[in-house]
Amino acid sequence: MYSEEAEEKKERIQAREKEQEDLAMSLGGTRDLVEKYRREKHRARLKGIGDRRLKRHLRKGEKEREQASRTAARMELLRQEVVGGLEAEGMEQTRRFRQEEIAAAVPVATAAQYFNLCLDTFGPYSVDYSRNGRCLLLGGRKGHVAVVDWRSKKLTCEFHVHETLRDVQFLHNEMMFAAAQKRYLHVYDSTGMELHCLKQHLLINSLCFLPYHFLLVSASERGSLHYLDTSTGQLVAEHKVRLGPLRCIAQNPHNAAVHLGHVNGTVSLWTPNIKTAQVKMLCHRGPVMSVAIDKEGWSMVTAGMDALVKVWDVRTFKPLHSYRSPRPALALDVSQRGLLAASCGRLVQVWRGGLRGRSEAPYLQHSLSGDGSSLQFVPFEDCLGVGHSSGVSSLIVPGAGEPNFDALELNPFESKKQRREGEVKQLLEKIPAELITLDADDISKVEQG
Amino acid sequence: MKVKVLCRNPQDYLRQRTTDIHKVPRNLDPALHPLEGPREYVRALNATKLDRVFAKPFVGSLSGHTDGVYCMCKHPTKLSVLLSGSCDGEVRIWNLASRDCTWSFVGHEGFVRGLCMNQDGSLFVSVGEDKLIKQWRYPGAGESQEDYAPVATILGKSVYLGIDHHWSKPVFATCGDRVDVWDQSRSEPIRSFSWGVDSVGCLGFNPVEHNVLATCGSDRTVALYDVRTASPLRKVVLEMRSNSLAWNPTEAFNFTVANEDSNLYTFDMRRLDKALCVHSDHVMAVLGVDYSPTGREVVSGSFDKTLRIFRVDEGRCRDVYHTRRMQRIFCVRWSLDSAYVLSGSDETNIRLWKAEASRTLGKLSGREAVAREYTEKLKEKYKHHPQVRRIARHRHVPGMVYRAAKEKRLVTEAQRRKRRNIERHSKAGTVDEPSTKKKHIVSVVE
Repeated sequence: MYSEEAEEKKERIQAREKEQEDLAMSLGGTRDLVEKYRREKHRARLKGIGDRRLKRHLRKGEKEREQASRTAARMELLRQEVVGGLEAEGMEQTRRFRQEEIAAAVPVATAAQYFNLCLDTFGPYSVDYSRNGRCLLLGGRKGHVAVVDWRSKKLTCEFHVHETLRDVQFLHNEMMFAAAQKRYLHVYDSTGMELHCLKQHLLINSLCFLPYHFLLVSASERGSLHYLDTSTGQLVAEHKVRLGPLRCIAQNPHNAAVHLGHVNGTVSLWTPNIKTAQVKMLCHRGPVMSVAIDKEGWSMVTAGMDALVKVWDVRTFKPLHSYRSPRPALALDVSQRGLLAASCGRLVQVWRGGLRGRSEAPYLQHSLSGDGSSLQFVPFEDCLGVGHSSGVSSLIVPGAGEPNFDALELNPFESKKQRREGEVKQLLEKIPAELITLDADDISKVEQG
Repeated sequence: MKVKVLCRNPQDYLRQRTTDIHKVPRNLDPALHPLEGPREYVRALNATKLDRVFAKPFVGSLSGHTDGVYCMCKHPTKLSVLLSGSCDGEVRIWNLASRDCTWSFVGHEGFVRGLCMNQDGSLFVSVGEDKLIKQWRYPGAGESQEDYAPVATILGKSVYLGIDHHWSKPVFATCGDRVDVWDQSRSEPIRSFSWGVDSVGCLGFNPVEHNVLATCGSDRTVALYDVRTASPLRKVVLEMRSNSLAWNPTEAFNFTVANEDSNLYTFDMRRLDKALCVHSDHVMAVLGVDYSPTGREVVSGSFDKTLRIFRVDEGRCRDVYHTRRMQRIFCVRWSLDSAYVLSGSDETNIRLWKAEASRTLGKLSGREAVAREYTEKLKEKYKHHPQVRRIARHRHVPGMVYRAAKEKRLVTEAQRRKRRNIERHSKAGTVDEPSTKKKHIVSVVE
């Protein structure tokens, strides 16, 4: 009787393993696919628990979560779109391909994604795209502001502020944006109407928006970092950084920490709850010109005046690779699929696979008609927007964007009603600023012992 | 050169007609859903708050009796039928769906002390203070109220205090001076039990082991009998008298007693020396108790005018219901679809409450059901966080109950502190504090 039970158990284990293999094969991948959806990376140790009911309950929960990961992995079959890509044949090199050649080889609708807006009068441009990639906001240094639906080239609003404009940033959707002007910070509506003039924020150099917390982070020339809650209008935190003027800011989307690049070559990490920097890293010899972090919060890329572009592991704060750029890179961005773009003078270089491993040569290159000052990958599109001294260019970068979006999160095709409903839901689920920590999962962890 | 660029066809993502629903493509990749932990925490907090906003448990009241409602009886097969007996001898049959009385008659002179129905609902038996046991036929469709009379009447020697029907045989048991087991067709009890000299206040037959009977006596005992044998099984002596008792319908070796000392005790009948759980949240004597048909929860009504719902394995209540108009609660019942709770109280009303205060009644659509499942799971996952727990536990309670509970808490804290001090300052091993589950049990007698 006992040996029969043991045999049955063995058979059951074998059948389960076979089922896992079948699932892996049917999804065309390895067991890593289910691993991607598994939230707990290690199995819980249930050995020491004396309470049988609790043990049974925990084991049941484990089984349910495993089932949920498998079902989520299986849902990948329902994906409609496929990642883009560019392959060179024979002796060709991908970085030699020009944008005009790529535009000629793709369908007409996608070819329209490559365009140049020649705006030489109003100085170097800052670009920002809305969270779902629908609208483009451009702000010229001499005061020109425009909001454009970049696909249809339809102008939503355009006006001139008649003073220096240092940075522009969309807020939670394309209906509102903030502009860091000569002295104060201004908030405008999508029709161009000025909503607020925030006099507490003086001499702001750069802006950054934390979407899930509704926090507008601004870094000023006087060395102070402000966190403004745009839903209530309350100034949540104001930190005196005391490391010189703050020019370079970036956010880590994984844990909502803010990275600041300083004039002495260090990068510091800030949260609104602690008055001092959480982490300070010495990155470059000379000022840090630009910082960018990838979307999952694994690597940080910094560019310094020493013409080096360095890649760091942001979870362990250890250096990974460093690349030499022809000129100091004034702007950096990492796309949703892990492509790195850097604008060095008049050259824009895009590197593929340069974060996890070392890549030998750039993936794509493009020469601008002016010195690049700001760049951003368009969410969910194979497109890169670059602001330079002669206007704004949009480049085609195959394989940059995430092909399948989640409509309940961000929807490029949303209707007015969906946008309004989404805004209400976002406000209801706004995370309080007190919950920002360097470890994003802190709140769901249980203290040991 | 081989190039492929993302090119989405808007027709795949936009709806065709305005009467269609919007297309919502999903991608569950965790990379697209950052900050999961804090976002789910905020959703759990919102869900808990909304729970409190929508917590409106009172459904309606059944009024018609002219004196306090003393006992209630559920129909075993019809969900919408309820029988109730009041302190002026009237017995009424109610339709719960329309909340009106379908049948009423004077059963006894004096209190109607107990009501029970047989297993198919054709017959019910009532006992009263006039020492009579009356068997009635459940009235059919075309019957007239004038000619309604009991099928059989038995005159006993002393006042009867409670009754319960066997779950399979045509047998019922009454309690008063002693426990009598009757057959439906006989006018003399087939068996009598008497253990100790005091009266027995309440009894109940086990729903699975049909021949086991539990009784609560006024000598602070809870006794177990087997009706097939002549001698009793065992009994446990508590510190104070138990007013009511209920067997767990799913784990039928467990039963709960409602005690005078404002606690409810859940026992395993095999191990009476230790309570499985002590439910302590009432501030005055608990008068009525009943189990949910799921066997996981218990409703109790107390002299302090509140109704509390406890989970079987937890010592603090899950919810508390009260109204200014509701006075002392004598009896409580949990409806057999586990969705409603009934309370019969002193001011002649029977009130119908929802078992889960913020649950919507009726069928939910597919999306609503999925959303509800998600929020329930979220609340369960984050229930230990201090902010969530504070909101989930918060209940408004009448002033008298609040003050009495505060005093009770101060008293127990002081006693615990003093005991701990004595233990700390005595030689190790000399002072032994008994656990809460054993503390209230005086002895077990076989």
